Amino acid sequence: MKGAKLFFDCLVKEGVEVMFGYPGGAVIDIFDELDNSPIRFILTRHEQGAAHAADGYARASGKVGVCIATSGPGGTNLVTGIATAYMDSIPMVAFTGQVPTSMIGNDAFQEADIVGITRPITKHNYLVTDVNELPGIIKEAFFLAGTGRCGPVLVDIPKDIQQAQTSMTYPNKAEIPGYSPVYTGHPKQIEQLAKAIKQASRPILYVGGGAVASGAAEELRKLVAKTSIPVTTTLMALGVFPETDPVSLGMLGMHGTKYANYAIMDSDLLIAVGARFDDRITGKISEFAPHAKVAHIDIDPTSLKKNVRVDIPVVGDVRRVLKDLNKIVKPGQIGPWLKQISQWKKKFPLTYESKGDIRPQYVIEQIHKMTGGRAIITTEVGQNQMWAAQFYTYTEPRTFLSSGGLGTMGYGLPAAIGAQVACPDRVVFDIAGDGSIQMNIQELTTAVTNSLPVKVAILNNGYLGMVRQWQELFYKKNYAGTVLVGNPDFVKLAEAYGAGGIRVTEKKEVVPALKKALKYPGPVLIDFRIAPEENVWPMVPAGVSIRQMMSGLA
Amino acid sequence: MRHTISVLVENKFGVLARVAGLFSGRGFNITSLAVGETMDPAISRMTIVVDDQGSPQIMEQVEKQLNKLINVIKVQDFTGGESVDRELILIKVKTTTNTRSEILEIARIFRARVVDVSLHSVVLEITGAVDKINAILNLLTRFGVKELVRTGKIAIARS
Ligand SMILES: Cc1ncc(C[n+]2csc(CCOP(=O)(O)OP(=O)(O)O)c2C)c(N)n1
Ligand SMILES: [Mg+2]
Repeated sequence: MKGAKLFFDCLVKEGVEVMFGYPGGAVIDIFDELDNSPIRFILTRHEQGAAHAADGYARASGKVGVCIATSGPGGTNLVTGIATAYMDSIPMVAFTGQVPTSMIGNDAFQEADIVGITRPITKHNYLVTDVNELPGIIKEAFFLAGTGRCGPVLVDIPKDIQQAQTSMTYPNKAEIPGYSPVYTGHPKQIEQLAKAIKQASRPILYVGGGAVASGAAEELRKLVAKTSIPVTTTLMALGVFPETDPVSLGMLGMHGTKYANYAIMDSDLLIAVGARFDDRITGKISEFAPHAKVAHIDIDPTSLKKNVRVDIPVVGDVRRVLKDLNKIVKPGQIGPWLKQISQWKKKFPLTYESKGDIRPQYVIEQIHKMTGGRAIITTEVGQNQMWAAQFYTYTEPRTFLSSGGLGTMGYGLPAAIGAQVACPDRVVFDIAGDGSIQMNIQELTTAVTNSLPVKVAILNNGYLGMVRQWQELFYKKNYAGTVLVGNPDFVKLAEAYGAGGIRVTEKKEVVPALKKALKYPGPVLIDFRIAPEENVWPMVPAGVSIRQMMSGLA
Repeated sequence: MRHTISVLVENKFGVLARVAGLFSGRGFNITSLAVGETMDPAISRMTIVVDDQGSPQIMEQVEKQLNKLINVIKVQDFTGGESVDRELILIKVKTTTNTRSEILEIARIFRARVVDVSLHSVVLEITGAVDKINAILNLLTRFGVKELVRTGKIAIARS
């Protein structure tokens, strides 16, 4: 069998249903076999779009996302998408074509050392040098991408390998001597954690993306049902615990709620669950949770003690560890703490000025209302992302998809496309900025041609708003490079792509426009002209203690 | 502080680049690196000597990340621990009729082997732990060292 045909055989055996990508000379043999395989192919209009779509598909479904690109520029165009998935530990396998093995290293046409380039942004990567190794490598790639701490894996396949004949078949198992993630937490450590919970009077659960990845939402709810410990989540974990619950504190960190940050700072037991103490969470690290004993549950030993001291480390899969913990855990005496927290929640709610121009927060609240909180929200990066995190109430995991670690503008639209492919029956909204949307706007074509009815809500402030906010607050309003003069007419642009376009310039039009968009049968873009200089509050300036939150509205 | 790290890896292409990348990405300079197959030809051992530049925590993180590399099977830090280490050097020292016998005498005391002699130089092979190597280097410098080649340190755990 030809390598290219075997490639699809392997994917089918792996259970792959869809592949996002873009062709070129070095993958033409693979594309030649495409129609003979049951795999659905979605042609994006840029390889970055393919990588983000595979990532969005993975985040929404929990399955491994797959993308493909040609050698050279095809591969380099994937790079941002791969790095995005790597920073957020998203399971993905990226395939690239490569020049024939005999030409590697010769600066051949469209040659790039994509294995070298992606080494620091993949969990692992492969250059296939023998067609007989292709099935084993593909097996390993999927195994690595989707187990342990998940992440992207790249497989680079030279053209002659795709053309070569082999009689190898897909193996049942991958065996990698140096790879054996620890799934079960050490019982002694879990006992210690249970004991600490029993003794703590001001405990808090700080939950990150690892809880989503391991499918721990249910165990987390059980733990809270048993102990009433308040929960704050990172951007990566929004929805893993219902924000409607009285002990939910929403998001913490730089643009987190005041009550989440206060609770962290006053806690005496901080239980980090699949989170990694990112600087956007901790602020000044030496002043983070100063009174707390720290417990940390994570599948990746390198996450433990990386930037904070940890008193009770538990290496293991979050879901399994919580399950084991739930068997023995007993609640502590935390009545006064819960009272304090509910007072903070009352005193410092997320709020905004509602007079005058359209407020982005209002738009998001309305999207929440009109979708019954059942939509999948993707975001671009910037203020739009933070408002989407703050003002939509998330109640389920895998419903908020956003580039957390890398902060990639241009993520939202292709990710929405991937999510819509994974969840055809759900409403998918990309909450966008006028800057970010232009980084992958070409994917509107992909949505239109594949009948993927994603909704794009541009919070159009005419600025690279988040950068402008920093310039306003810390750089004496020197708005250098952040004024988006010459933005296109987004409505016409959407229509040119064959999508629907709606412009909203007044508050009273917001709801009717959303109604129209939700009824619209295909992809649709809404250009919300929002208050141009609206800021994201609260805010902890970079590098200071998270107790020191600035706010626009007292 | 200097660390001697022994890393068992799969014997595959690209592994060295992955290992080296963890150090170079943090601006750590590798002092020496020795690689060779183990009894099992599918597995190689790397012995890496590296300075932690005053951040032992970062070194600890690097070691954890080494462990995390898919092709890495085992990582041991021999620093201050129970291990024996050796390095082999080849050194070409200038000689004259006046100095030759003194050089050969030093070589004899240090159990160095003379592996090549010419009219104006002699090549010595010396094996030993760092102290011994440094000691003989100190003694030979004043005669004029034309070339020095070192294997880098290798280390093994004591039984
Ligand atoms: C690819 C990329 N380039 C630059 C940045 C830096 N950056 C962060 S937020 C931001 C502004 C985004 O503007 P817009 O999409 O209009 O969103 P807004 O903040 O106005 O809601 C920029 C430029 C980034 N995150 N990603
Ligand atoms: Mg903007």
